Amino acid sequence: MRRIGPFLVEKDLVVPAGRLLAVSSAALLMAFFAAGLVFWAYGTSPVLAYRTIFVETLLSPSGFAEGVRRAIPLLLAGVGLVLAFRGQFWNIGAEGQLLLGAVAAAGVALFAPVPAALKLPAMFLAGFAAGGLWAAVPALLKLRLGVNDVLTTLMLNYVAVYLVEWLIHGPWRGRTAFGFAYTDRFPEAAMLPLIPGTYVHWPTLALALLLAGAAWFVLARTAWGYPVRVTGDNPEAARYAHMPVFWVVFGVALASGGLAGLAGVGEVAGVHGRLLGAYQISLGYGYTAIIVAWLARGNPLGAVLTALFMGLVFASGDVMKVALQMPFRVTDVFNGLILFFLISTERLLYYRVRWAPERKER
Amino acid sequence: MTEPNALLTLKNVTKRFPGVVAVDRVSLEVYPGEVHALLGENGAGKTTLVSLLYGLYPPDEGEIFWRGRRVRIRSPQEAIRMGIGLVPQHPLLVRAHTVLENLALGMPRGFLFPTRGLEARIAELTHHYGFRFDPHAPVWQLSEGEKQRVEIVRALLQGARLLVLDEPTSVLTPQEARELFKVIRRMRSEGEAVIFISHKLDEVLEVADRISVLRKGRLVGQVTRAEADKAELARMMVGRQVSFERTKPPARPGEAVLELAGVHVTNDRGLPALRGVDLRVRAGEILGLAGVAGSGQRELVEVVTGLRRPERGEVRVLGRAPWSRRRARIAHIPEDRRRQGVAGGLDLAENLILHDYGRPPFARGPLLDRRAVYAFAREQIARYRIDPPDPRTPARLLSGGNLQKLILARELHGEPPLIVAVHPTYGLDVGATELVHELLIEQSRGGAAVLLVSEDLDEVLALADRVAVIQGGRIVGEVPAEAADRERIGLWMAGVGA
Amino acid sequence: MEDWIWTTLVRALAFGTPILLAGLGEIYAERSGVVNLGVEGMMAVGALAAFAAAQSSGSPYLGLAAAVLVGALIALPFAVASITLRANQYVAGLALTMLGLGLSGLLGKPYEGAPLAHPLPESGFVVAALVLAVVLWFFLRHTFTGLVLRSAGENPETVDAMGINVYAVRYGAVVFGGAMAGLAGAFLSLAYRPSWADGITSGLGWIAVALAIFAAWHPLKAVGAALLFGALYHLSYRLQAVVSPEFLKAMPYLFVVLVLSLSALRRGPSGAPEALGTPYVRGERR
Repeated sequence: MRRIGPFLVEKDLVVPAGRLLAVSSAALLMAFFAAGLVFWAYGTSPVLAYRTIFVETLLSPSGFAEGVRRAIPLLLAGVGLVLAFRGQFWNIGAEGQLLLGAVAAAGVALFAPVPAALKLPAMFLAGFAAGGLWAAVPALLKLRLGVNDVLTTLMLNYVAVYLVEWLIHGPWRGRTAFGFAYTDRFPEAAMLPLIPGTYVHWPTLALALLLAGAAWFVLARTAWGYPVRVTGDNPEAARYAHMPVFWVVFGVALASGGLAGLAGVGEVAGVHGRLLGAYQISLGYGYTAIIVAWLARGNPLGAVLTALFMGLVFASGDVMKVALQMPFRVTDVFNGLILFFLISTERLLYYRVRWAPERKER
Repeated sequence: MTEPNALLTLKNVTKRFPGVVAVDRVSLEVYPGEVHALLGENGAGKTTLVSLLYGLYPPDEGEIFWRGRRVRIRSPQEAIRMGIGLVPQHPLLVRAHTVLENLALGMPRGFLFPTRGLEARIAELTHHYGFRFDPHAPVWQLSEGEKQRVEIVRALLQGARLLVLDEPTSVLTPQEARELFKVIRRMRSEGEAVIFISHKLDEVLEVADRISVLRKGRLVGQVTRAEADKAELARMMVGRQVSFERTKPPARPGEAVLELAGVHVTNDRGLPALRGVDLRVRAGEILGLAGVAGSGQRELVEVVTGLRRPERGEVRVLGRAPWSRRRARIAHIPEDRRRQGVAGGLDLAENLILHDYGRPPFARGPLLDRRAVYAFAREQIARYRIDPPDPRTPARLLSGGNLQKLILARELHGEPPLIVAVHPTYGLDVGATELVHELLIEQSRGGAAVLLVSEDLDEVLALADRVAVIQGGRIVGEVPAEAADRERIGLWMAGVGA
Repeated sequence: MEDWIWTTLVRALAFGTPILLAGLGEIYAERSGVVNLGVEGMMAVGALAAFAAAQSSGSPYLGLAAAVLVGALIALPFAVASITLRANQYVAGLALTMLGLGLSGLLGKPYEGAPLAHPLPESGFVVAALVLAVVLWFFLRHTFTGLVLRSAGENPETVDAMGINVYAVRYGAVVFGGAMAGLAGAFLSLAYRPSWADGITSGLGWIAVALAIFAAWHPLKAVGAALLFGALYHLSYRLQAVVSPEFLKAMPYLFVVLVLSLSALRRGPSGAPEALGTPYVRGERR
């Protein structure tokens, strides 16, 4: 217990929702303030920047729709990462798993002899499998050999990028125009429908919302989710209780990879209609999904809100590129600052502040 | 003002933590050449007092005097500089480093390591007290007793005039403890002051000159050894009459429930931990397994509870291997409650279903039946009087005693035929300890086989119907409790004359 | 034939230098108990600072100083978050990398394209790296401060009980690691390229983190490991005619995975500093 002026600060291990909201909001405000400083260093007025963002993203319907569109892969990958983190699998490889999903979807769309009605479901299944596979390797290395999962999942991101590059420059090369390489356009049956007037590919959105709900339900209410929660909280206790820790961790790893893969399918089938260069498919969705998952604090339903929030942040990056001529890298600045302030303020969650002015006694 | 000649004086020292007064207006003095014992059970405030002396935090009220002058001990560094040396209960040593590296850490710094003359000074000290260790040996290779000696040498190297020993015999065999007392007497004759902290009456009576008794943070009595009376001291420690005899109904052992034959186990480091263990525990009896830490208990418990498979040999619980799918129900009260026994972030109810979550009544198919889970939790919480009683409380908020009650509630549910209890009363106060003992006896007389693994010889002798000793991965002796002789058991624990 | 071996060795040294520099810094940080995953970001910012300072002032040595300073400065918020605020070290480092890459990409826009007027020779850096490796090994093994640093990563409670400020030790090690990462970045933008482009670090920072593990946190072994990686990078260029360029570019990252797996197989207990990754809290003893 410490006294700071008229306030008493005490340790409090139970975190009420109000404090969670307050601390998270404070962290976000600090991040935006710091980002403002960066804008100023770059030569753009922070006031102008934020006003533009606010107007173009939140107030404009098309801007908001863009935010929702960005939120779709973030939600899918984010839910996957919530599961992964709950199971103590530190999956930094959502970026690569997303790309693998895109690759699988493109493969099915362009080359697989599947009847038109089944094209899209087959693409989603293939994408889930590919993403899951990409996560399985680091998971096995972690479970069997104890290899650090942060590094292995990360390294596979880079490998995935080069895989995509090889495919679009090599065996799957379509037309080449203006220095970019990409595959041929997907057939109509392999394209996702959009909400009219926007670029929002709603089937993926619906899938994402459904899976978020399912993930929450399984985790909180079923006998399958219980071992995941125990393992995530205390792997020692899980082992003591004879829980199949291997399958729990492997399972969440596959699920998180698969969900990221689904995000990749959505991007190529709903946004681009072809397999493009890696940095055009995913502009850091996989990394941003980490923030989505962290902000959601272990709750898959919370990811719905946080994904929307980060989707808007992404959309504002677009806005800044177009309206203010800032490079898209500015989103990385946002991401880094938000994540930094979020985890820096985490300890504050466990302290309670009370107003208790000292009474002067004689 | 202060007593003349006193080395250390405390006047009305008080220290509070959220919700509790750990040290409450304690005043005492320690003289050079005196062994002053601080007696008290767990939670009486001994460790807090030591932390205050060592400068880890300041007292909220009161004053400390060193050689007659008022001092404020702001850090361990200041405490060391003043001449206070601490030998903690658990060694504060870097396991991966050598003895020399560890000792150098506490010494005034030069640029290079090791500083000149350090090795010579260490040799001088160890020779003086008759210790024998190689300064270049890595610490993880040393026994607990040897590690303790390193701590003592470190304190003396730093020029300690007052040595504070915190529960020093908790990790020693009876013989090692006697060696320690010899060293303490030697130091006393050379003018060192020693504060000896313990909850063990017999030891305190053997080695102390004066005894101060702490209870709930207050100093409730102070006597010299001549005046000391065991029963009176115990009463002061606990606040009521304490019986030293635990009466338990006679055992009527039945069939063997747990059987180990020729079990060999290699531990995680690749070293043999169990070297051909034969053991049998029958229904209705309590087998107490005594032994010094590191004799193979951990691996034995793992093998018995099915968490590890032996390289050779057989383990059977009611005829089936404990790691098989259709194993018998084994209650395991783990060594480390917080690390192994609970998922701290989950609430009490969720922890209570740790073993049975997939089965009715807690689950119907894949769906958890939350109503049944919470009803069960409320029932158990009431029966064992667990505090706080809200089943939605996160388990990590529970105190040690309540946590152990939670674990007992969970493990003892369902009439398990075998109970493995590992150091079940470690860190618990007398009330909780009594409860645990009662429950174990009750279960055993109700027909369960109980394997009690404990480093606390008193506990083993009090509870067990039969006593076995594990040393160096083997069972080196087994006797019925009535025939158990402390001396002989101590020798077995040390590996002598099995 | 000999020529080929010699060229490989020389190029391996050159490629391995930034990995070695950053890796040595990471070894120090991890030995003190802190995992710094922000190396990639610190390298990027260091590279930009070096280039910007050198280009605008005309003196590459000023660039060098700027890189070291900026690397150290960027490491400071990470140190505050992970040591004082006791945040999750892995995530904090990740955040710093995102931030570092973003900052350098953003603020480096005006500097893209133009090559450096007065570059520095690669050999200078190579020699410096090798000398540093030896000096840092000696410091760690044979000085008191080195002993303190090692102990802080193994058992900070003991260090604290001896009256030494664990936080200060860890701060020092982490900031040093940042400075070394900055230095590695300076190599890239002042000697290796020498120019500035977004993404100039291309994952080398991550490889440096893996290097610390692979080299068992030993500065001298790090030299060998860095040479190995460097040789691999070089060989991947030589094989360009035979194998697809994308596969070759992916090789270093696959190699890291391989190397980490081999490390895990090789030893029983990992040999990692015991307290690595765990924030230190002076226990509230009761």
